[in-house]
Amino acid sequence: MSKNVKLRKGFDINLAGKAAKEMVDFEPAQTFAIKPTDFVGMQRPKVLVNEGDTVKAGTPILFDKAMDQVQYLSPVSGEIIEIKRGEKRKLLEIKILADKEISYENLGKIDLKSTDRSTLVEKLAAGGVWPHIIQRPYGVVANPADEPKAIFISAFDSNPLAPDMGFVLQGEEQYFQAGLDALTKLTSGKVHLNVNGAEQVPSLFANAKGVQINKFSGAHPAGNVGVQIHHLDPINKGDIAWTVSPVGVVQMGKLILEGKYDASKTIAVTGSELTNRGYVKTISGASVSTFVKGNLQSGNIRVISGNVLTGEKISMEGYLGFYHNQITVIPEGDYEEFLGWLMPSTKKLSFHKAIGMLSFLNKGEFKVDTNTHGEERPFVVSGVFEKVLPMDILPTYLFKAIIAEDFDEMEELGLYEIIEEDVALCEFVDPSKNDLQQLVRSGIELLMYS
Amino acid sequence: MKALQNLFDSIKPNFEKGGKWEKFYTLYEGHRTIAFAPDLTTKSKGAQIKDATDLKRVMITVVIAMIPALIFGILNIGHQHFLAIGEEVTWIDKALFGLWSVLPILIVSYAIGLGTEFTFCVIRNHPVSEGFLVTGMLIALVMPPHIPLWQVALATVFAVVVGKEVFGGTGMNILNVAMTARAFLYFAYPAQISGDQVWTYMGDQTPVDGFSGATALAVAYNAGIDGVPVSDALASHNASLGADFSFWNMFMGWIPGSIGETSTLMALIGAVILIYTGVASWKIIVSGFGGAYLMGLVMNLFASNEFMAMAPHFHWVMGGLAFGVVFMATDPVSAAQTETGKWIYGFLIGALTVIIRVTNPAYPEGIMLAVLLMNVFAPLIDYYVVKANKTRRLQRATV
Repeated sequence: MSKNVKLRKGFDINLAGKAAKEMVDFEPAQTFAIKPTDFVGMQRPKVLVNEGDTVKAGTPILFDKAMDQVQYLSPVSGEIIEIKRGEKRKLLEIKILADKEISYENLGKIDLKSTDRSTLVEKLAAGGVWPHIIQRPYGVVANPADEPKAIFISAFDSNPLAPDMGFVLQGEEQYFQAGLDALTKLTSGKVHLNVNGAEQVPSLFANAKGVQINKFSGAHPAGNVGVQIHHLDPINKGDIAWTVSPVGVVQMGKLILEGKYDASKTIAVTGSELTNRGYVKTISGASVSTFVKGNLQSGNIRVISGNVLTGEKISMEGYLGFYHNQITVIPEGDYEEFLGWLMPSTKKLSFHKAIGMLSFLNKGEFKVDTNTHGEERPFVVSGVFEKVLPMDILPTYLFKAIIAEDFDEMEELGLYEIIEEDVALCEFVDPSKNDLQQLVRSGIELLMYS
Repeated sequence: MKALQNLFDSIKPNFEKGGKWEKFYTLYEGHRTIAFAPDLTTKSKGAQIKDATDLKRVMITVVIAMIPALIFGILNIGHQHFLAIGEEVTWIDKALFGLWSVLPILIVSYAIGLGTEFTFCVIRNHPVSEGFLVTGMLIALVMPPHIPLWQVALATVFAVVVGKEVFGGTGMNILNVAMTARAFLYFAYPAQISGDQVWTYMGDQTPVDGFSGATALAVAYNAGIDGVPVSDALASHNASLGADFSFWNMFMGWIPGSIGETSTLMALIGAVILIYTGVASWKIIVSGFGGAYLMGLVMNLFASNEFMAMAPHFHWVMGGLAFGVVFMATDPVSAAQTETGKWIYGFLIGALTVIIRVTNPAYPEGIMLAVLLMNVFAPLIDYYVVKANKTRRLQRATV
């Protein structure tokens, strides 16, 4: 019953700065951080360690008092060097100075055959891999008490400069399969593995067992799991579905087969401002400074954890986000441009073809900076968002419902089906420059906490 | 450019909080962002890059699409004038004459409109929006050449204040702003914007014998009353001057009318620009023309007079239908906003225009009222399209 879905809406941003499919030797990161802000929906984080404590990879660092089964573990062994708080003592970062040789807590292997569902849930929640399971609606860390109607895995990332999942997960076949086996025990419904129908499917995914493999093809956001869910088994009011990234599935597999919290992953180091681009093996929460410093082509840059559509600006000493599998370095755009709204150009990337926007003639790659190219305005142009959101959703009306804080409308217009990343392209193409991802999150929070 | 940037920088402190012109910060910002695209960068979370197109560029695209109609309008005003007074002059003279009568209207429309807009920006403290770039041009193009300038000014103020600013500014209005301006004049000062005398710029000169200043629609309407076949009436109109209302003449636009509306060809050139750049909805334009044609056919079926029996494609080239469908109906703010809704909205504008033209003696030109009426109904159309979307979602849940 696997499905083959061709999406006609969307837009591929052909950004300069792709990573070559090869491993690059970077100095390994020395400090690592857990950022509670990465975990959307975390309400009352409670830190379990103090500055100066030594931890192993797999030692619990914090948990959310609102969902205390789920433990957030240290990705490395070493010493807690700083617990950084912001305004109103909001917990921002827990920094760990890593040992040269990482030692692991023994969390115990899991025998999937003899373990029942509730024990499995307990072990995954205590084993640090649970935060990889994201609940839809809302896009928050899943509640172990729930049972989802289905679990969805998008096996490809269609974002700009995104890492190639087949390359990143090379050699992890057995862990991936073990992770899938665990997931199939978590739901009485199906586990969907959605692969890129436009490319040769990596054997890792093609040979996956116990899951339904669906093919999606089309421009970005074809790789967004929210879009895929919409076309496979849409979320209605009251439904709960879970999503996991392939990297998360592999880390689950490692916990199951090895009995340890191994948060290592291969990330893509990308962006037009880097001299050396490629893939590097590191660990979740790594400091990006060793990948960036001494590797820059220019001075005025922005380092982004994640991709340019949904990522987060971090400093040059910042840390890789928990869910991010790439860093992107692009030029900062803090300059004025004489008659920038009028001058014709083939080099300025635009989805639109308004007068002088000739980027559609340019088949090459675009170097794009962080300039907004205009100021925020009310919605004026209609019909644009619809072209980049391949779902049966009326985005403009949904956004307006959120602005008006109209709960019924938000529900009825499909806010349960989307999270920030699904409207990232809308935010990119919007000529009125509204912050739509933030808007969607504020709408979700209204629905969640009311 | 550095010098200009420095100039802006040097006056900036006056406009910032605590400066002596603090209230006018929005005007400072408005002017600076016209000279220089601002140095704003994306926020730390969310999309880190943004599309290079902004609202200014979208709006200027519409203005550029109207330029063919403007240039043709200028030429045609001169052409009609010298035709009416029976003088043979060169095209340069015609163009200069046209410029002389059109430019003041354009300047008044922009100056008064922007002045009103700026005043509101300062009072309400909202950013100067680029919407009036388009509105200013549209207002000038839908005025008859003879219009007194004070009426243009009054209509512009009315349209900007009552049509737009009371709703919250650009993007919030219900009615098309330029059409509001025209409708205001139509009902407040009908003598200067209807009848047979206003469409050709006469100045203090008298027309030659046999000249009639009536528009094609008026001729067709009267033919309907007199029981003369419309095609004959159109063909014999001003025939002695070589300026009859043949389909071709009307398509090209060598006929009396408002400044920018006469030429169907120029409207179509504008439509090509708007559709190619994706700024206007092709669905509205196509269904607008289609609606007019189909309603023309329906009129043929039930024809009780000669006007009703007129070949439907004549509706495309008479009056302001083409201009209205291309430039007015497609205004994204006041039009239907759902894709299905756009089909219905455009179709009804075309159809209503023909109904008003053919059946209502008071309004020989129907496009103005059709657009305004459908502006009002657009949210209703959208309401049902949105409801259908909600219903689909709801049904999915219960299956």
